[in-house]
Amino acid sequence: MFRRILSVALLGAVLASGEALAGGDEVNLYSYRQPFLIQPLLDAFTEETGIEVNVVYAKKGMVEKIKAAGENNPADAVLTVDIGRLDALLQEDLLEPVQSEVLTTHIPAHLRHPDGLWFGLTTRARVVLAHKDRVAAGTVQSLADLADPELQGKVCTRSGKHGYNVALIASVIAHEGEENAEAWLSGVKANLARKPQGNDRAQAKAIYEGVCDIAISNHYYMGKMATNEEKPEQKEWAKVVRVVFLNQDDRGQHVNISGAGVIRTGKNKDAAVRLIEFLAGEGAQNMYAQDNFEYPVRAGVALHPMLAEWGDFMADTLSLEDIARHRKAATQMVDRVRFDEGA
Amino acid sequence: MPLSGPLRAGDAVNRPLALPFASARVAAPLRWDRWTLLTLALCGFVALPVGTVIATAVGPDDGIWAHLLSTVLPVYASNTLWLMLGVGLGTILIGTSTAWLVTMYRFPGRRILSFALLLPLAVPSYVLAFVVTDQLEYAGALQRALRALFGWESAADYWFPEIRSLGGATLVLSLVLYPYVYLLARAAFVEQCFCLFEASRTLGQGPLRSFLRVAVPMARPAIAVGVALALMETLNEFGTVEFFAVPTFTAGIFDVWLNMNSITGAAQLAALLVVFTFGLVLVERAGRRRKRFWATSTRVRALPEYPLGRGLGLAAAAWCALPVLLGFVLPGAVLASYALDFYAVTLSDYAFPGYLWNSLKLAAWAALCTAALGTLIAYGVRVSRDPKIRGAAEAATLGYAVPGAVLAVGIMVPLGLFDNAIDAFSRRWFGLPLGLLLSGSAAALVIGYVARFMALGYRPIDASFSKVTPSMEGAARTLGHGPAATLWRIHLPLVRPSVIAAALLVFVDTMKELPLTLILRPFNFETLATFVYQYASDELLEECALGALTIVAAGVIPVLLLSVGIGRSRPGHAAAVARAPPAGAV
Repeated sequence: MFRRILSVALLGAVLASGEALAGGDEVNLYSYRQPFLIQPLLDAFTEETGIEVNVVYAKKGMVEKIKAAGENNPADAVLTVDIGRLDALLQEDLLEPVQSEVLTTHIPAHLRHPDGLWFGLTTRARVVLAHKDRVAAGTVQSLADLADPELQGKVCTRSGKHGYNVALIASVIAHEGEENAEAWLSGVKANLARKPQGNDRAQAKAIYEGVCDIAISNHYYMGKMATNEEKPEQKEWAKVVRVVFLNQDDRGQHVNISGAGVIRTGKNKDAAVRLIEFLAGEGAQNMYAQDNFEYPVRAGVALHPMLAEWGDFMADTLSLEDIARHRKAATQMVDRVRFDEGA
Repeated sequence: MPLSGPLRAGDAVNRPLALPFASARVAAPLRWDRWTLLTLALCGFVALPVGTVIATAVGPDDGIWAHLLSTVLPVYASNTLWLMLGVGLGTILIGTSTAWLVTMYRFPGRRILSFALLLPLAVPSYVLAFVVTDQLEYAGALQRALRALFGWESAADYWFPEIRSLGGATLVLSLVLYPYVYLLARAAFVEQCFCLFEASRTLGQGPLRSFLRVAVPMARPAIAVGVALALMETLNEFGTVEFFAVPTFTAGIFDVWLNMNSITGAAQLAALLVVFTFGLVLVERAGRRRKRFWATSTRVRALPEYPLGRGLGLAAAAWCALPVLLGFVLPGAVLASYALDFYAVTLSDYAFPGYLWNSLKLAAWAALCTAALGTLIAYGVRVSRDPKIRGAAEAATLGYAVPGAVLAVGIMVPLGLFDNAIDAFSRRWFGLPLGLLLSGSAAALVIGYVARFMALGYRPIDASFSKVTPSMEGAARTLGHGPAATLWRIHLPLVRPSVIAAALLVFVDTMKELPLTLILRPFNFETLATFVYQYASDELLEECALGALTIVAAGVIPVLLLSVGIGRSRPGHAAAVARAPPAGAV
């Protein structure tokens, strides 16, 4: 029996042989962005500054994790893919106001929090993809057109509950009020070709397959599909659609941000600020633009040629805080009109 | 039940030591002996995360209930119930029928199939979901072939069932979850005394009627455990139902939590889920309270293995092969073909072998801890003979019905409190900051797995205990052994196959586990599942196919071990006899 206990203990010791965190200069990051997208940026940061970046990638629970850790919270900064998560952190008072001349100089005021609680690093436009032949130019010019009964059975989108769509609907509420927004959303629902499903790429595929003619999608997926050497079939999906920027005659195209913030209880806040400054710097902004097809927030950084070819567009300058404030109302509206059940 | 025996019918499974004076004990207050305290402490520890979720639910709901009730709650509830009904029936049908066929009959391929039927257990449900939709949707291989064959040009030209639907989700979940029922039903059939089945046949009942009226009722505790596990997994499922665009209760929880920013409202929904599950468990228990399931004969012979005729044999082989083909061979083959195209993406991540090692290490720890605690709790329940202790044990298994991400929050809150208290104490008295001792390390993950998978640890072991006749330990105790010695020398040898089975189940499930791992892991800590997720979350499964295939492959070995274990567990089998007297004997 003693031998058995000993062998179990030995097994335990072997299993426990663990990992020690690197010492020295470091910054601990909670990322809502996938590691394979941001790792090249983080590697470049480490190379330039010597500061190691430790990452946890997750889409849920980070707010609670920071809160539960209290004063011992190890996370110094967060990277998010939309305003929603930044706002959730802000509401819980977990963000540190950052004073940085670099950031205030290079990030336009409407893309950062007035007190420096969060900063937008790139913008992403939620555009319409329309089939080049089956949809005549000018058919869809604004969000309102998506609710036009003429388009019945022609529209595809991912779930109305996805953060990107929630933000889009929230922007409509902010501009037009709940009542008009709800009538509009019901109209879009009535035009759906199928129950909302899949991701943004899947909507372009659905157009290619003839399931629908018009889709709502973040713009950068076009770039990722059009240049996909590993899955050349996606190039075909991208080929049959054109990108339409919406509301160019009135309030402008709805945009969201990918952004970052410094955690109030973090231990390496200076390093965290340096990381965000680096991400807003010319090199990193260029990587965002060229590798991920996003719109850099920093002026003077070249767009990806494909985006440059689409031409300039006027962005909706509605404050992102306004959008964040209406997220709950937008979500409940999706429930009320039963958007996710399809037409 | 067609059983009668030396003990009275009222001596229920849940009080196996019940002697004639036991009925007076039911109402008696709890006896605070060492085992009672130990069992309660362990149950409390394991149930802490669920308890935290329930505690979080206390508070104002910001009008969320009124909103949900008037809009989508009925949809969530009906989707959830239909899904549970579908998965329940699906897993019983597939699991029980195949278990019976491979146990009782000889037909072509039976030996291989008896192993292979467990293999879908190694396939993460989100992988099967992806593969099934990829093949069956409009752009998938099947519909493309149909269009080419019949000259259809668009979706309007023909009818095809919507894959991203309740039906699709039911199919996929049934295929990945039936192995729980198969595993436990087969073990029960293998251990059954066939004198009763043969008696039924002698009395003129056909094979099907005898199966339904004798064999299945005899195996009911085991089948019930299997279905309970499948249904709890169905309740906590998020990735698959989201993929199939079927909003269930879980979808509602995340919606309230992340989109409406109300952790309280989300916890209230989750608490409802917990109460609902607990209710189901109690109903099932009540249903078999006055029954018991240990056999009364000491005669255990080799299984008959009736040969089937050519036609019937092939039909049986086809029926048993179908779930294996759909649930394992198809996803395995599709993953392998993706992996051939995209292995470079996976291997370009030089740390990939490290992810595998992390996964294996965590799974081993989780299996070890869950099986050990599960055994102690199951035995504590048996020794205490108190329904309150059994209730505590049932409560400790509820983590399995809660969505992993929600459970993770329930874990990090008490761990954070604990860590901060220890840290404050250490700073105060030793000037030594400890930081986050548990929640900052992989220990949080192991604690999380124990809380999440205790249903897998406790239930099979408890079911196995219920088949150990009380006279065994009566004898041991009479001969002067205390409870601990009786556990070590009598019960452990008898229930060891179940303990190993529980450990292997936890191992396989930990390999696949995702939401809890994502949230609770320390910095720079990747497992195979989290590595696969960063691609799969964007429906880029092809890019990480090699990783997904590795998860499946790492699950196959314990699954095969499970199968070997069942084959050996027949009383009268050489290994079993060498170990201990047959479990079924009175």
